[in-house]
Amino acid sequence: MADTTSLEKPQVKTSQASETEIAVEMQGVHKWYGEFHVLRDINLRVMRGERIVVCGPSGSGKSTMIRCINRLEEHQKGRIIVDGIELTNDLKRIDEIRRDVGMVFQHFNLFPHLTILENCTLAPIWVKKMPKKDAEEVAMKYLTRVKIPEQAHKYPGQLSGGQQQRVAIARSLCMNPKIMLFDEPTSALDPEMVKEVLDTMVSLAEEGMTMMVVTHEMGFARQVADRVIFMDYGQIVEMNEPEAFFSNPQHERTKLFLGQILH
Amino acid sequence: MNVVAPQRSFVRAEQVDALPPPRTASGPVLWMRENLFSGPINTVVTLVMAWVLFWTIPPIIDYLIGSAVWTGSDGSACREDTTGREVGACWAFVIDRINYFVYGSYPMELRWRPNIFFLVLAVGIVWMLWLDAPKRGIGAIYFFIVVPLLSYWLLAGFPMIGLEEVPTGLWGGILVTIVVSAVGIVVSLPFGVLLALGRRSHLPIVRLVCVIVIEFTRGVPLITVLFMANTMLPLFLAEGVTVDRLVRPLIGVAFFASAYMAEVIRGGLQAIPKGQYEGAMSLGLSYPKMMYFIILPQALRIVIPGIVNTFIGLFKDTTLVSIVGIFDLIRTVESARVDPVWSAPSVNYSGYAFAAIFYFLCCWGMSWYSQSVERRLAASEKR
Ligand SMILES: Nc1ncnc2c1ncn2[C@@H]1O[C@H](COP(=O)(O)OP(=O)(O)OP(=O)(O)O)[C@@H](O)[C@H]1O
Ligand SMILES: [Mg+2]
Repeated sequence: MADTTSLEKPQVKTSQASETEIAVEMQGVHKWYGEFHVLRDINLRVMRGERIVVCGPSGSGKSTMIRCINRLEEHQKGRIIVDGIELTNDLKRIDEIRRDVGMVFQHFNLFPHLTILENCTLAPIWVKKMPKKDAEEVAMKYLTRVKIPEQAHKYPGQLSGGQQQRVAIARSLCMNPKIMLFDEPTSALDPEMVKEVLDTMVSLAEEGMTMMVVTHEMGFARQVADRVIFMDYGQIVEMNEPEAFFSNPQHERTKLFLGQILH
Repeated sequence: MNVVAPQRSFVRAEQVDALPPPRTASGPVLWMRENLFSGPINTVVTLVMAWVLFWTIPPIIDYLIGSAVWTGSDGSACREDTTGREVGACWAFVIDRINYFVYGSYPMELRWRPNIFFLVLAVGIVWMLWLDAPKRGIGAIYFFIVVPLLSYWLLAGFPMIGLEEVPTGLWGGILVTIVVSAVGIVVSLPFGVLLALGRRSHLPIVRLVCVIVIEFTRGVPLITVLFMANTMLPLFLAEGVTVDRLVRPLIGVAFFASAYMAEVIRGGLQAIPKGQYEGAMSLGLSYPKMMYFIILPQALRIVIPGIVNTFIGLFKDTTLVSIVGIFDLIRTVESARVDPVWSAPSVNYSGYAFAAIFYFLCCWGMSWYSQSVERRLAASEKR
């Protein structure tokens, strides 16, 4: 790759940090869908409390990359270590990792047959074995944080898209995750609802949550990201702090991409 | 013509207030004119159908009610030569033999046991079907565990607590029809779920076994399954072990119903979007918990009409057990109508008419229920 120098920079900075401060480590990760090579030599280290924004053209492998982190997709080569646990075929470890990694999807993926409150308490009760009362208390706390406690007894279908996405965030937070993954959380929303979801994410970032966010909301990236990653053809093409990334992109493809989305 | 150039800009000056919708006229005459006589073809069709109904409905009503015989103790009450009038349905025969139609040859003094069984089953069914019923979780346990055990002890006997044994050869009539259907229904739902999940499993052996069971059972007629259960089942078992004559077709029916149910449920599973699985997995739910809490409740809800449809088919198919010598309702009607005491031409029709009405009411009830659930789901989808 032509831009290995820019890849190295942040890693040099973080390599002195102790092992336990690493939230996610990807080393030489490859993945194929049949013959199709989706992820090619992904190397990435995310420190605890860091906010990473991932962008890139459609089909570049952004979703695939973050879905590998909680094993919604399986990688075939390389190592992925999440919170000190390496992802293997060991189902126990996978469950352990999923408990600590929250994920927010483009299409919310709320459970339509359960109320908002039940959506939020199901996993704490049945995965974390929390007593129902405590789980409901925790759920109400997070629903209040995402500013929709009054909707707790409605069903997802009765809420607007923005509200549903905030419920999805609250649902993940109820598991008290160490890392939050976001896969284009605002791209299925009407424009006037994007802000309420981004505001929720900003406040989450301000509290020091480790976040990896696939998004094309460049305002969000500028505001909260510690690093911005640009992906293309299954590779990390460029990675930099947001200021430098936006004002001074190095790689041709990054320039082209930013030229297309920033006007 | 006066051509007006399109207006280029517009700003609304005053608010348009909400108005009630325009009144549409109504009333029976108008309804008939709009729906029955709206055109020449429609009018002709209406008249022809009216004529057909006029010629068919009154005779049927007359046969079933008007000239029916309600009282009498033998065939002479229902014969034209003895009564001297035209005779319709011979309900006297049905009323006289109703206990036989309901219980078969179940010992007279023990018939309170089937009665309690009917009650226990009815409570379970209402509990399961009434969607807003309290404690439906307990209802499911009651229906799938308590009801089968209790029914077995009540009907077959439980000498330890003083319920003497009643051989299944004495059971008959509606009792047997209901037992066979209930076993088919109670077994087919859980096994259908397991087979459907197995067929979608990632484990090749599990998938293969499930596919074979489903396709084989679905691929042969129920009669074949019944004959095989009747004659081949004893061959598979160790020497000296005998399977009850009623249990054999029960196993056959259960297999058959499970295979059909599995395919219905698989259809529901396929309709659940991938995102539901991913949402559940990302929260750390294990496969069984994901299926139990997230996927199956949604999948089963979608296929309620299909499930009920399978139940209706199963309910009517149970008449086939009479072929392997089980006295279900049809078989009891068969044997009662040839009784010389009740020899009269109309007795034959009346027995079958009774059976038809029984089956129709049961199936219609199921169908009505499934439609009401569908309506309810359609309403809740809108929310
Ligand atoms: N299950 C799958 N089987 C085969 N190919 C797949 C599968 N999922 C994704 N792909 C392909 O892998 C590539 C990367 O997909 P991915 O969803 O990671 O892209 P993305 O960067 O998230 O794009 P977008 O911005 O459109 O979400 C795409 O070309 C896609 O067609
Ligand atoms: Mg994507």
